[in-house]
Amino acid sequence: MAHLPLYNEMFTGDRSVRPHYAAFAEWLAETPAARIAQNRHAADLLFHRVGITFAVYGESSGTERLIPFDIVPHVIPAADWERLARGLRQRVGALNRFLHDIYHRQEILEAGKIPADQVRNNAQFRKEMVDVEVPGGVYAHVAGVDIVRHSDGEYYVLEDNLRTPSGVSYMLENRKMMMRLFPELFAQQRIRPVDHYPDLLVKTLRAVAHNGVDNPIIVLLTPGHYNSAYFEHAFLAQQMGIELVEGADLFVLNDTVFMRTTQGPQKVDVIYRRIDDDFLDPSAFRPDSMLGVPGLLDAYRAGRVTLANAIGTGVADDKSMYPYVPEMIRFYLGEEPILKNVPTYLLRKPDDCKYVLDHLAELVVKEAQGSGGYGMLVGPTSTSEERERYRRRIVDAPERFIAQPTLALSCVPTFVGDELSDRHIDLRPYVLTGSDIHFVPGGLTRVALREGSLVVNSSQGGGVKDTWVVD
Amino acid sequence: MLSRVASNLYWMSRYVERAENTARVLDVTWRMSLLVKEPQLRDQEWFAPLNITGTLFPFSGRHDSVCAREVLHFMALDPDNPSSIYACARTARENARAVRGSITSEMWEVLNSTWLEMQHMDEEKMEQRGVSNFFDWVKERSHLFRGVTFGTMHRDDAYDFARMGTHMERADSTARILDVKYHILLPSVKDVGGAVDYYQWSAVLRSVSAFEAYRKVYRDVITPLKLAELLILRDDIPRSLRFCLKQVCDSLGRVQNAQSVGTLRAAGEVLTGLQCGRISDIFANGLHEYLTEFLESMEKLSQNVQASFFSSRMVE
Repeated sequence: MAHLPLYNEMFTGDRSVRPHYAAFAEWLAETPAARIAQNRHAADLLFHRVGITFAVYGESSGTERLIPFDIVPHVIPAADWERLARGLRQRVGALNRFLHDIYHRQEILEAGKIPADQVRNNAQFRKEMVDVEVPGGVYAHVAGVDIVRHSDGEYYVLEDNLRTPSGVSYMLENRKMMMRLFPELFAQQRIRPVDHYPDLLVKTLRAVAHNGVDNPIIVLLTPGHYNSAYFEHAFLAQQMGIELVEGADLFVLNDTVFMRTTQGPQKVDVIYRRIDDDFLDPSAFRPDSMLGVPGLLDAYRAGRVTLANAIGTGVADDKSMYPYVPEMIRFYLGEEPILKNVPTYLLRKPDDCKYVLDHLAELVVKEAQGSGGYGMLVGPTSTSEERERYRRRIVDAPERFIAQPTLALSCVPTFVGDELSDRHIDLRPYVLTGSDIHFVPGGLTRVALREGSLVVNSSQGGGVKDTWVVD
Repeated sequence: MLSRVASNLYWMSRYVERAENTARVLDVTWRMSLLVKEPQLRDQEWFAPLNITGTLFPFSGRHDSVCAREVLHFMALDPDNPSSIYACARTARENARAVRGSITSEMWEVLNSTWLEMQHMDEEKMEQRGVSNFFDWVKERSHLFRGVTFGTMHRDDAYDFARMGTHMERADSTARILDVKYHILLPSVKDVGGAVDYYQWSAVLRSVSAFEAYRKVYRDVITPLKLAELLILRDDIPRSLRFCLKQVCDSLGRVQNAQSVGTLRAAGEVLTGLQCGRISDIFANGLHEYLTEFLESMEKLSQNVQASFFSSRMVE
């Protein structure tokens, strides 16, 4: 990945507007600054009133914050999206095949495409899931694939989130907000709609009920209203017309899951769970979990209830497994990957390790098991002392690390105060897998609001934008 | 529906109603206290709202004397008084937040924006705005919430539990208002009463928005007997005990389950008493005794509702 100027989604190198942004640029030039400022303020008030907030951990309980919303959309040309869509379909399809395989015959390991110990000794590999049949062989019903565009103009997959990816409610609310504030933008051009996402999700969940269940009872299992994503859980449950339940609302009797209702126990067939594996069932996983349902794992293994996503998907979105996704696509589908992976060095390979140690100042080094940027070395911004300390950690246990080139995320102009300024973005499309693969065009665009920052996480000063796929 | 959700809906509505009723009582007390000429008697008025809400004891624990300023703050804005308007808005919103999936987004937005505005309220702002304007605002938010509930909510069990909370709380509140004022009603059963009595009685009517209804129904001067009849026995006054109990029974009937038969019967008994009761009998046996008994049966009914619908023991 050579050093190139940043890719700007709206402008070309000589600052002329790219064709798919032309209509927006024209609108921006014509619309009085005062109206834009007024509507930006109105958006803030509306988001507050609707209560689209997230809880901030570590601050006094009950602290609710807004995710900053920027009105300049991330516009994706239809042709780019078609290619992304094909790539997503392919990638998530292969990941589901992989999950089914490793919990059954493990053909990909037998074929030597992935080192067997990488899978079998992975902390996210759930032995409880071996030989368990899940409806339709689907494990990752909801996948959130993080995609960035590098300076070469190409899209790269940064991460496959296959556990309980969040953020889709922001995608829906951002669109609602834009249509409310600037309806004329939607009249001028064909922007593909996204608001049928809850329909697609409920369709997906219905499709994965066990055989013989005619009209499945579907619930959304939330950790409760102190969880940072509670707004989203409530929102989705409401949009789908399903019950929003907490662990204490459910119980298991004779391997069947029931919810406690005012009319007595009611059987539950499908659980869209937004609780991590570890907390799902205190009798099987973490005994201190107050969030889960004792006996849920047994009911699940007995085929009496469907969990979406399945238990044990974490092994496929692990950083140490990421480099093998292209191999999975070739192995299961016999196709070449459409979406690129970021080149990744596995430090347990002596050649990779040597290269990384020689180029520490240019690379990002991560712990394969870490997450949230913890224990990471960002070469270009590190001091020589930090690199020395990290070097010793790598030499001690190289197998624990991976390394990647520092990516230059693309930019979209973003309001900073009353001025537009370029900020880095990424894109998370949500891929739904039931009897078929579905998604809405686009996804959630996150933007790093701090100048030069590449961190788009909402907890670290990230904001969001509406995402448009235009024809 | 989920037992936990039913409970949250019930309490959400109860707290909205409680905020409104507290605002009504405070507003009327405020207006009444302005009529009292002697400054040393003025503070006497402020015992009533504390008695009505049963908060005299916690109030005295933290305040030396009962006066307008202190009681207003305690009952309207004190975050540490769980029955203050402020705390009711907070609790109603917390309950709504726990069941956002089961109420309409309009209902949530009303409670959420009420709470956001309430958080910025302090004594200074309340005075600037005018004390009565503040109470009007509270009442309006409550009206808005009920209207939005009526106008947007799916008519399923969730609606009935929300409505049940409203009417349980309202019956309780009307009975308490009458009970605290019974001393001004009793001595003058046979007299027409002087000007002060008139203001007291009309204040009671105004605190439950029944002043105009009284005029329409009786086309007569206000007498304690008729006033009590209106607020206890009439079936067409939305804040009367009978009206509220009828609503509670209707809701209970629609959400019935195997455990709730006894609860419905108990509510039915209270309603029958109200349907067949005569106001002269009630006064003959003592209004205070009657209301005390009524409040006790409401308390028991509330516990029965809890046990038959919200308790998780029922399904194990």
